[in-house]
Amino acid sequence: MGRAGKSFEEGYGGPVTTPARTEQEAECIRRILAGEKHLFHALIRPSERAIYVMLLGMLGSEAEAEDAAQETAIKVFLNLKNFRGDSQFRTWVLSIARNEGLGRLRKIGSRKEDSLDAEAEDQGGDFTPAFLTSWREVPAEALERKELAGILREAIAKLPDIYRNVVILRDIEEMEGKEAAAVLGITEGALKVRLHRARALLQRWLAPRLEGFAARPAAAKRKGFFGWKR
Amino acid sequence: MRIDCRHVWQYISAYIDGEVEAVLRATIDRHLETCEICSAVLDSTRNVVVLVADDRVFELPAGFSSRLHERLERELALGGD
Repeated sequence: MGRAGKSFEEGYGGPVTTPARTEQEAECIRRILAGEKHLFHALIRPSERAIYVMLLGMLGSEAEAEDAAQETAIKVFLNLKNFRGDSQFRTWVLSIARNEGLGRLRKIGSRKEDSLDAEAEDQGGDFTPAFLTSWREVPAEALERKELAGILREAIAKLPDIYRNVVILRDIEEMEGKEAAAVLGITEGALKVRLHRARALLQRWLAPRLEGFAARPAAAKRKGFFGWKR
Repeated sequence: MRIDCRHVWQYISAYIDGEVEAVLRATIDRHLETCEICSAVLDSTRNVVVLVADDRVFELPAGFSSRLHERLERELALGGD
Protein backbone atom coordinates (compact mmCIF):
# COMPACT_ATOMS: atom_id res chain seq x y z
CA MET A 1 0.00 0.00 0.00
CA GLY A 2 1.19 3.43 -0.80
CA ARG A 3 2.84 5.55 1.83
CA ALA A 4 4.10 8.25 -0.48
CA GLY A 5 5.20 11.55 0.95
CA LYS A 6 3.54 14.99 0.63
CA SER A 7 4.13 18.31 2.33
CA PHE A 8 3.19 18.18 6.00
CA GLU A 9 0.36 20.67 5.60
CA GLU A 10 -1.54 18.25 3.40
CA GLY A 11 -0.57 15.29 5.57
CA TYR A 12 2.72 13.96 4.37
CA GLY A 13 2.06 10.28 4.07
CA GLY A 14 4.22 7.43 5.16
CA PRO A 15 6.68 6.64 7.91
CA VAL A 16 9.78 6.34 5.75
CA THR A 17 12.43 8.58 7.28
CA THR A 18 14.64 10.67 5.01
CA PRO A 19 16.72 13.77 5.72
CA ALA A 20 14.09 15.83 3.86
CA ARG A 21 11.34 14.33 6.01
CA THR A 22 13.31 15.00 9.17
CA GLU A 23 13.73 18.64 8.13
CA GLN A 24 9.99 18.88 7.31
CA GLU A 25 9.17 17.51 10.73
CA ALA A 26 11.56 19.91 12.46
CA GLU A 27 9.97 22.84 10.63
CA CYS A 28 6.49 21.57 11.46
CA ILE A 29 7.39 21.24 15.16
CA ARG A 30 8.83 24.79 15.21
CA ARG A 31 5.60 26.14 13.76
CA ILE A 32 3.40 24.18 16.16
CA LEU A 33 5.40 25.45 19.13
CA ALA A 34 5.10 28.96 17.71
CA GLY A 35 1.32 28.65 17.82
CA GLU A 36 0.16 26.85 14.66
CA LYS A 37 -1.25 23.99 16.70
CA HIS A 38 -3.48 22.69 13.92
CA LEU A 39 -0.33 21.40 12.19
CA PHE A 40 -0.02 18.74 14.87
CA HIS A 41 -2.63 16.64 13.05
CA ALA A 42 -0.35 16.37 10.03
CA LEU A 43 2.72 15.78 12.18
CA ILE A 44 1.28 12.79 14.04
CA ARG A 45 -0.65 11.26 11.14
CA PRO A 46 2.26 9.24 9.61
CA SER A 47 2.94 7.64 13.01
CA GLU A 48 -0.61 6.80 14.06
CA ARG A 49 -0.68 3.35 12.53
CA ALA A 50 2.65 2.41 14.12
CA ILE A 51 1.45 3.70 17.49
CA TYR A 52 -1.72 1.62 17.27
CA VAL A 53 -0.06 -1.59 16.06
CA MET A 54 2.61 -1.38 18.75
CA LEU A 55 0.02 -0.83 21.49
CA LEU A 56 -2.21 -3.58 20.12
CA GLY A 57 0.76 -5.93 20.31
CA MET A 58 1.40 -4.93 23.91
CA LEU A 59 -2.16 -4.76 25.19
CA GLY A 60 -3.94 -7.34 23.05
CA SER A 61 -7.23 -5.46 22.91
CA GLU A 62 -8.33 -3.22 20.05
CA ALA A 63 -10.37 -0.91 22.29
CA GLU A 64 -7.55 -0.57 24.84
CA ALA A 65 -4.98 -0.01 22.08
CA GLU A 66 -7.12 2.71 20.51
CA ASP A 67 -7.58 4.51 23.80
CA ALA A 68 -3.87 4.21 24.56
CA ALA A 69 -3.05 5.50 21.07
CA GLN A 70 -5.17 8.59 21.69
CA GLU A 71 -3.47 9.16 25.05
CA THR A 72 -0.10 8.76 23.37
CA ALA A 73 -0.91 11.35 20.72
CA ILE A 74 -2.01 13.80 23.41
CA LYS A 75 1.17 13.18 25.42
CA VAL A 76 3.25 13.74 22.30
CA PHE A 77 1.49 17.05 21.76
CA LEU A 78 1.84 18.15 25.38
CA ASN A 79 5.53 17.20 25.46
CA LEU A 80 6.46 18.42 22.01
CA LYS A 81 8.63 21.19 23.43
CA ASN A 82 10.81 18.48 25.02
CA PHE A 83 11.63 16.83 21.71
CA ARG A 84 15.26 17.73 21.12
CA GLY A 85 15.75 16.10 17.76
CA ASP A 86 18.57 13.86 18.94
CA SER A 87 16.47 10.89 17.87
CA GLN A 88 14.05 10.66 14.98
CA PHE A 89 10.59 12.00 15.69
CA ARG A 90 8.94 8.61 15.11
CA THR A 91 11.41 6.94 17.48
CA TRP A 92 10.50 9.44 20.17
CA VAL A 93 6.77 9.03 19.52
CA LEU A 94 6.96 5.24 19.71
CA SER A 95 8.96 5.46 22.94
CA ILE A 96 6.08 7.47 24.40
CA ALA A 97 3.62 4.88 23.05
CA ARG A 98 5.64 2.08 24.62
CA ASN A 99 5.69 3.86 27.99
CA GLU A 100 1.94 4.37 27.73
CA GLY A 101 1.51 0.63 27.07
CA LEU A 102 3.85 -0.36 29.90
CA GLY A 103 2.01 1.96 32.30
CA ARG A 104 -1.28 0.31 31.44
CA LEU A 105 0.18 -3.17 31.81
CA ARG A 106 1.50 -2.24 35.25
CA LYS A 107 -1.90 -0.90 36.27
CA ILE A 108 -3.60 -4.19 35.49
CA GLY A 109 -0.81 -6.04 37.30
CA SER A 110 0.45 -7.87 34.26
CA ARG A 111 3.87 -9.47 34.49
CA LYS A 112 4.18 -8.97 30.77
CA GLU A 113 7.21 -7.00 29.64
CA ASP A 114 8.96 -7.64 32.93
CA SER A 115 9.90 -10.99 34.39
CA LEU A 116 8.38 -13.15 31.68
CA ASP A 117 10.47 -11.41 29.12
CA ALA A 118 13.60 -11.75 31.19
CA GLU A 119 12.92 -15.46 31.56
CA ALA A 120 12.37 -15.88 27.85
CA GLU A 121 15.65 -14.11 27.16
CA ASP A 122 17.64 -16.12 29.70
CA GLN A 123 16.28 -19.51 28.87
CA GLY A 124 17.12 -19.19 25.23
CA GLY A 125 14.54 -21.71 24.12
CA ASP A 126 14.29 -23.73 20.95
CA PHE A 127 14.51 -21.52 17.90
CA THR A 128 15.08 -24.18 15.27
CA PRO A 129 12.90 -23.63 12.23
CA ALA A 130 10.29 -26.01 10.83
CA PHE A 131 11.99 -28.58 8.61
CA LEU A 132 10.72 -28.46 5.08
CA THR A 133 11.96 -30.01 1.88
CA SER A 134 10.17 -27.55 -0.37
CA TRP A 135 8.20 -24.35 -0.06
CA ARG A 136 5.46 -23.07 -2.31
CA GLU A 137 5.26 -19.31 -1.97
CA VAL A 138 2.18 -17.73 -0.45
CA PRO A 139 1.61 -14.61 -2.57
CA ALA A 140 0.63 -11.32 -0.92
CA GLU A 141 -2.65 -11.43 -2.91
CA ALA A 142 -3.70 -14.32 -0.68
CA LEU A 143 -4.17 -11.67 2.03
CA GLU A 144 -7.44 -10.80 0.33
CA ARG A 145 -8.63 -13.80 2.34
CA LYS A 146 -9.31 -12.50 5.85
CA GLU A 147 -8.50 -15.94 7.23
CA LEU A 148 -4.83 -15.59 6.26
CA ALA A 149 -4.48 -12.17 7.94
CA GLY A 150 -6.07 -13.72 11.03
CA ILE A 151 -3.55 -16.58 11.10
CA LEU A 152 -0.65 -14.11 10.79
CA ARG A 153 -2.05 -11.94 13.59
CA GLU A 154 -2.48 -15.03 15.77
CA ALA A 155 1.13 -16.06 15.15
CA ILE A 156 2.39 -12.60 16.12
CA ALA A 157 0.14 -12.54 19.20
CA LYS A 158 1.59 -15.87 20.33
CA LEU A 159 5.15 -14.56 20.37
CA PRO A 160 6.68 -13.70 23.74
CA ASP A 161 6.47 -9.91 24.21
CA ILE A 162 10.15 -9.21 23.65
CA TYR A 163 10.01 -10.90 20.27
CA ARG A 164 6.62 -9.49 19.27
CA ASN A 165 7.80 -5.91 19.83
CA VAL A 166 10.80 -6.47 17.61
CA VAL A 167 8.72 -7.99 14.80
CA ILE A 168 6.25 -5.11 14.99
CA LEU A 169 8.94 -2.44 14.75
CA ARG A 170 11.30 -4.11 12.26
CA ASP A 171 9.10 -6.25 10.03
CA ILE A 172 5.68 -4.61 10.27
CA GLU A 173 6.63 -0.95 10.64
CA GLU A 174 9.89 -1.50 8.73
CA MET A 175 11.98 0.65 11.04
CA GLU A 176 15.77 0.67 10.80
CA GLY A 177 17.51 -1.51 13.40
CA LYS A 178 19.03 1.49 15.17
CA GLU A 179 15.66 3.24 15.40
CA ALA A 180 13.84 0.11 16.66
CA ALA A 181 16.56 -0.57 19.23
CA ALA A 182 16.23 3.01 20.51
CA VAL A 183 12.45 2.63 20.97
CA LEU A 184 12.94 -0.57 22.95
CA GLY A 185 15.98 0.69 24.88
CA ILE A 186 18.17 -2.24 23.81
CA THR A 187 21.35 -2.58 21.78
CA GLU A 188 21.25 -3.26 18.06
CA GLY A 189 22.96 -6.58 18.74
CA ALA A 190 20.20 -7.65 21.13
CA LEU A 191 17.62 -6.49 18.59
CA LYS A 192 19.15 -8.71 15.89
CA VAL A 193 19.17 -11.75 18.18
CA ARG A 194 15.54 -11.17 19.10
CA LEU A 195 14.51 -10.62 15.49
CA HIS A 196 16.22 -13.83 14.41
CA ARG A 197 14.47 -15.80 17.14
CA ALA A 198 11.13 -14.16 16.44
CA ARG A 199 11.30 -15.01 12.75
CA ALA A 200 12.29 -18.61 13.55
CA LEU A 201 9.31 -18.95 15.91
CA LEU A 202 6.98 -17.45 13.30
CA GLN A 203 8.30 -19.69 10.54
CA ARG A 204 7.93 -22.80 12.68
CA TRP A 205 4.36 -22.01 13.71
CA LEU A 206 3.22 -20.64 10.38
CA ALA A 207 4.82 -23.01 7.86
CA PRO A 208 2.32 -25.87 8.35
CA ARG A 209 -0.60 -23.42 8.53
CA LEU A 210 0.18 -21.49 5.37
CA GLU A 211 0.27 -24.45 3.00
CA GLY A 212 -3.34 -24.03 1.93
CA PHE A 213 -2.69 -20.44 0.86
CA ALA A 214 0.19 -21.21 -1.50
CA ALA A 215 -0.02 -20.30 -5.16
CA ARG A 216 -1.31 -23.11 -7.33
CA PRO A 217 1.41 -24.94 -9.29
CA ALA A 218 1.93 -23.39 -12.70
CA ALA A 219 0.49 -25.18 -15.71
CA ALA A 220 4.06 -25.57 -16.99
CA LYS A 221 4.67 -28.13 -14.28
CA ARG A 222 2.13 -30.48 -15.81
CA LYS A 223 3.67 -33.89 -16.19
CA GLY A 224 2.93 -35.70 -19.44
CA PHE A 225 -0.51 -37.28 -19.60
CA PHE A 226 -0.47 -38.42 -16.03
CA GLY A 227 -1.72 -35.46 -14.11
CA TRP A 228 -0.03 -32.79 -12.09
CA LYS A 229 3.55 -32.97 -11.02
CA ARG A 230 3.80 -32.65 -7.25
CA MET B 1 34.90 -23.25 3.81
CA ARG B 2 31.97 -25.57 4.46
CA ILE B 3 28.96 -24.91 6.60
CA ASP B 4 26.32 -27.20 8.08
CA CYS B 5 22.54 -26.69 8.19
CA ARG B 6 22.39 -25.64 11.83
CA HIS B 7 25.01 -23.01 11.16
CA VAL B 8 23.03 -21.71 8.16
CA TRP B 9 19.86 -21.37 10.27
CA GLN B 10 21.72 -19.09 12.67
CA TYR B 11 22.20 -16.64 9.82
CA ILE B 12 18.80 -16.89 8.10
CA SER B 13 17.50 -13.61 9.53
CA ALA B 14 20.71 -11.66 8.87
CA TYR B 15 20.88 -13.22 5.39
CA ILE B 16 17.36 -12.00 4.59
CA ASP B 17 18.30 -8.50 5.78
CA GLY B 18 21.49 -8.51 3.69
CA GLU B 19 23.61 -8.23 6.82
CA VAL B 20 25.89 -11.23 6.26
CA GLU B 21 29.43 -10.38 5.15
CA ALA B 22 30.44 -11.38 1.63
CA VAL B 23 32.56 -14.48 2.31
CA LEU B 24 30.00 -16.05 4.64
CA ARG B 25 27.19 -15.12 2.26
CA ALA B 26 28.97 -16.90 -0.60
CA THR B 27 29.44 -19.96 1.62
CA ILE B 28 25.77 -19.97 2.54
CA ASP B 29 24.83 -19.55 -1.12
CA ARG B 30 26.89 -22.62 -2.06
CA HIS B 31 25.20 -24.60 0.71
CA LEU B 32 21.76 -23.48 -0.46
CA GLU B 33 22.47 -24.71 -3.98
CA THR B 34 22.55 -28.30 -2.77
CA CYS B 35 20.49 -28.28 0.45
CA GLU B 36 16.77 -28.35 -0.20
CA ILE B 37 15.93 -28.17 3.51
CA CYS B 38 17.85 -24.93 4.09
CA SER B 39 16.49 -23.50 0.82
CA ALA B 40 12.95 -24.24 1.96
CA VAL B 41 13.63 -22.79 5.43
CA LEU B 42 15.02 -19.62 3.84
CA ASP B 43 12.16 -19.31 1.32
CA SER B 44 9.48 -19.89 3.94
CA THR B 45 11.04 -17.45 6.43
CA ARG B 46 11.39 -14.78 3.76
CA ASN B 47 7.78 -15.42 2.71
CA VAL B 48 6.61 -14.98 6.32
CA VAL B 49 8.57 -11.71 6.65
CA VAL B 50 6.95 -10.35 3.46
CA LEU B 51 3.45 -11.38 4.53
CA VAL B 52 3.55 -9.89 8.04
CA ALA B 53 4.77 -6.57 6.57
CA ASP B 54 1.59 -6.22 4.51
CA ASP B 55 -0.73 -3.46 5.74
CA ARG B 56 -3.70 -5.81 5.38
CA VAL B 57 -2.53 -7.91 8.35
CA PHE B 58 -3.10 -5.11 10.86
CA GLU B 59 -5.77 -2.76 9.63
CA LEU B 60 -6.78 0.23 11.70
CA PRO B 61 -10.30 -0.12 13.14
CA ALA B 62 -12.93 1.72 11.08
CA GLY B 63 -13.07 5.37 12.17
CA PHE B 64 -9.84 5.12 14.19
CA SER B 65 -8.20 8.10 12.58
CA SER B 66 -11.30 10.31 12.80
CA ARG B 67 -11.76 9.55 16.48
CA LEU B 68 -8.07 10.19 17.19
CA HIS B 69 -8.08 13.57 15.46
CA GLU B 70 -11.40 14.60 17.02
CA ARG B 71 -9.93 13.93 20.46
CA LEU B 72 -6.76 15.77 19.51
CA GLU B 73 -8.83 18.70 18.28
CA ARG B 74 -10.47 18.95 21.68
CA GLU B 75 -7.05 18.83 23.35
CA LEU B 76 -5.63 21.45 21.02
CA ALA B 77 -8.60 23.70 21.75
CA LEU B 78 -7.85 23.44 25.47
CA GLY B 79 -4.49 24.98 24.82
CA GLY B 80 -1.87 22.45 25.82
CA ASP B 81 0.63 25.08 26.84
